[in-house]
Amino acid sequence: MRALTWHGRHDVRVDTVPDPEIVNPRDAIIEVTSTAICGSDLHLYDGVIPGMLSGDILGHEFMGRVVDVGPGSTLKKGQRVVVPFTISCGSCFFCKSKLYSACDNTNPAEKQDMTEALYGHSVSSLFGYSHLTGGYPGGQAEYVRVPFSDVGPIVIPDGMEDDDVLFLSDILPTGWQGAENADIKDGDTVAVWGCGPVGLFAVQSALAMGAGRVIAIDEFPNRLALAGKLGAEVIDFKRTNVLEALTEMSGGLGPDAVIDAVGMESHGFAPDTVMDNIKQNVGIGADSAHALREAILCVRKGGTVSIPGVYGGMLDKFPLGALMEKGVQVRSGQTHVQRYLPDLLQRIGDGDLDTQFMISHRLPLEQAPTGYQNFRYNQNDWTKVVLKPGTQVN
Amino acid sequence: MTPAAPAPAGPGDVSVSNSVWPMYKDYLPIHRSFRNRDPATLWLAGGLGALLGVAAITFYQVRGRNRVSYRPPDDAPVRAARRQRGRATVTGRTITIDRPRSEIYAFWRDFGNLARVMENVRDVSVEDGVTRWTIRGPAERDVTILTTVTEEVGDERIEWRSTDASQIEHRGRVILRDAPAGRGTEVTLDLEYLSPGGELGRFVAKALQAEPHLQARRDLKRLKMLLETGEIATNANRRSAA
Repeated sequence: MRALTWHGRHDVRVDTVPDPEIVNPRDAIIEVTSTAICGSDLHLYDGVIPGMLSGDILGHEFMGRVVDVGPGSTLKKGQRVVVPFTISCGSCFFCKSKLYSACDNTNPAEKQDMTEALYGHSVSSLFGYSHLTGGYPGGQAEYVRVPFSDVGPIVIPDGMEDDDVLFLSDILPTGWQGAENADIKDGDTVAVWGCGPVGLFAVQSALAMGAGRVIAIDEFPNRLALAGKLGAEVIDFKRTNVLEALTEMSGGLGPDAVIDAVGMESHGFAPDTVMDNIKQNVGIGADSAHALREAILCVRKGGTVSIPGVYGGMLDKFPLGALMEKGVQVRSGQTHVQRYLPDLLQRIGDGDLDTQFMISHRLPLEQAPTGYQNFRYNQNDWTKVVLKPGTQVN
Repeated sequence: MTPAAPAPAGPGDVSVSNSVWPMYKDYLPIHRSFRNRDPATLWLAGGLGALLGVAAITFYQVRGRNRVSYRPPDDAPVRAARRQRGRATVTGRTITIDRPRSEIYAFWRDFGNLARVMENVRDVSVEDGVTRWTIRGPAERDVTILTTVTEEVGDERIEWRSTDASQIEHRGRVILRDAPAGRGTEVTLDLEYLSPGGELGRFVAKALQAEPHLQARRDLKRLKMLLETGEIATNANRRSAA
């Protein structure tokens, strides 16, 4: 089959690799019909996530048709499913507590050593990501082996388009959990850093959860315009001092909750960004966290900081003083996708959530490298790229 | 014009011929006496010295602050100690498995089952109460460990030790306790082995995959996967690679 493989920093290629097959009883094989490039794929593209090997198949947002099942799978051949990016067993303590991304049993035992050394405990596996999270082949491919297929995938009813439901795999529940973690009460003011796909879904989710005002922060006009269309007020951080603006716009208090939908490659020009990027370039630091630092300074006293953005390493120059002195609470985590799927599918079906508005480009799988390059270097115009493995290059 | 007129030898002019490299003459190191040292070098040395001094004082302060002369034993398991004394190495790991004690006990007590979860164990056979563990050694040579059960309490603990015929002297036990809050069973594996020198020492290290602690950790996790989910997770896309 054809699949997008990682070969190093800024080097991804569509290669021919062996087709997957059923390995374990609970596996299913999915023929991918739609798959997206995620903002967190760009962290791999930029080579800032540790634990990648040359030849790894990327992609963790995908859906498709079931073409083969193991004896322990509950799926049936021919069903259309969206597959969560987190792989969860459904039977360990964490899965039973609905902390699916903390699953104990999906990260192969020999892969857990490095994760334990770096994070203290191993976490669940993810498709198409670092070997710290299992190194499972991902979904930017024609076929994917989906382990524990009786727990993750959600069956999509006929009549719903791929592009309506594809984002259930990651960015929609991630934005939703980001808003949920912000502990929003009716009428709250919520600030969201980053108007990429997750940030935009966080804006939409925060409004759905009763936020009085949502203020979105980015620098790209097209992305800010999308946030504006959803009902957010916007701040261009290249034009405006964010701390001052947010304080003024919230009556001097500061936002009740702040959401960092930027993650480890924050690029706002500031001394700490320069220092973080030097460390990333020489490989001694994973995270560039200017947005998070700013968010902690901006949030009101006793407010909530929610971090759906991805981080991987040991951050320094962290405003712990502000965090402690202001009595701020922090909530974070990879998304417990399975927890949100039925509810979010219902909301999409009811027309409560718009999912297609952010898709700027649809490409055949063969053009995935072009998609990566533009999603990385032309962020204003390329807001979300969906790959269609079944289609041919024109 | 005469090319490369011989220049007077400078103080640092030792091995490079001026006739070949006249233009580099100025860059040759100039040896000064200690008293006549370049002020920049002196500043640099002073700065580095000050930094080292501050580091040394800080280290001394941190180390000397609130020193305790006697530390009574704590409640932590021995294998978590920062330093172990004695000839035998003690290692192990605790893991919570969300299954009843009786089920885990039954699985473990049937030692043949363990070959399914123990990465380096090739074969397990039981004969006249002696269990023969065939373990992958280096260079395709196998190591055999013979053990007998020394104590067992149903659904609670199994202890074993190696027999005289065993290639490696080893002692181990598994203890099962109910986990709090209905989370299943806490399974503790304790391993103690003697690492003699020479070839056998090499075998021990390799047989238990270089580090028995690592192996115990991985094997317990595989056991947990198998008992909780019915399979052992792998990222392999093909059966041949699993």
